[in-house]
Amino acid sequence: MLASLAAQVVELLRDGVGGGTGVGDTADAGDPLAVMVGLGADAPLPTPDDPVLARLLPDAYPDDESEAADFRRYTEPGLRDRKVANASAVIASLVEAGADLDAGPAAEPEDPLPVRVDVELDRAGVDAWVRCLTDLRLALGTRLEVADGDEERWAQLPDDEPAKAMHDVYDWLGFIQETLVSTLR
Amino acid sequence: MRDDGRVSTAPAPTEVERPDTQDVVIPEVPWVTVVWNDPVNLMSYVSWVFRSYFGHPKSKADKLMLQVHEEGKAVVSDGSREEMERDVEAMHGYGLWATVQKAAG
Repeated sequence: MLASLAAQVVELLRDGVGGGTGVGDTADAGDPLAVMVGLGADAPLPTPDDPVLARLLPDAYPDDESEAADFRRYTEPGLRDRKVANASAVIASLVEAGADLDAGPAAEPEDPLPVRVDVELDRAGVDAWVRCLTDLRLALGTRLEVADGDEERWAQLPDDEPAKAMHDVYDWLGFIQETLVSTLR
Repeated sequence: MRDDGRVSTAPAPTEVERPDTQDVVIPEVPWVTVVWNDPVNLMSYVSWVFRSYFGHPKSKADKLMLQVHEEGKAVVSDGSREEMERDVEAMHGYGLWATVQKAAG
């Protein structure tokens, strides 16, 4: 499931690259002259429409659209790449640990034993994992619209509610992250 | 003052008055990086980010983290605008939300 979530985040981050810098998309926010000479990719970038992307790649100047767009133009591609790299590293380490990425929850409904995957991580690996875990939590948290002090709301949801299941995963990712961070000095 | 070589009998002044040649410091408008609270990030993670990126000891990192948590935001660094943009980019890389702004006052 972790690999699947990581893969989804990779898709989300990769998806926007072409579209976000496309001539059509930035026609409003970009320099018309730059757009005309085919420099669409260099045009200042607007805040992503998708709320998850907007949270993964937030505005550095929330009160100044033009400064924010400039900052985004220079930093967004790199940030996207690094986040994709982290998510890919997580997937790779799961694969290496023998996780069966194709097995879904429906595959073994009779099997009461949870699948255990032992992943070995070096320092760089832990770094990639904690960063990726944050991105995964940001993605889920944004979709779930989590808020500070909202434990009651989640505790009250019935277990068969999809959002509840998603929130349980969100909590679980937090647990993993906390454990990993505690190993870092 | 041109020196014509004559020895002056007047008492030499002990202090030569010069125009103030101290460099006039044009203060660079100081900028700051502000990290904002968010409902997702764990306190332990935020504190680790501050230790890891800024090199703060745990006590300082925890203090900044608590400030973010309790006051909604904290200034985590200051300097030139370019430096602040680098810090903000790094914070975004860690999944925190940070912004650049001019230092107050």
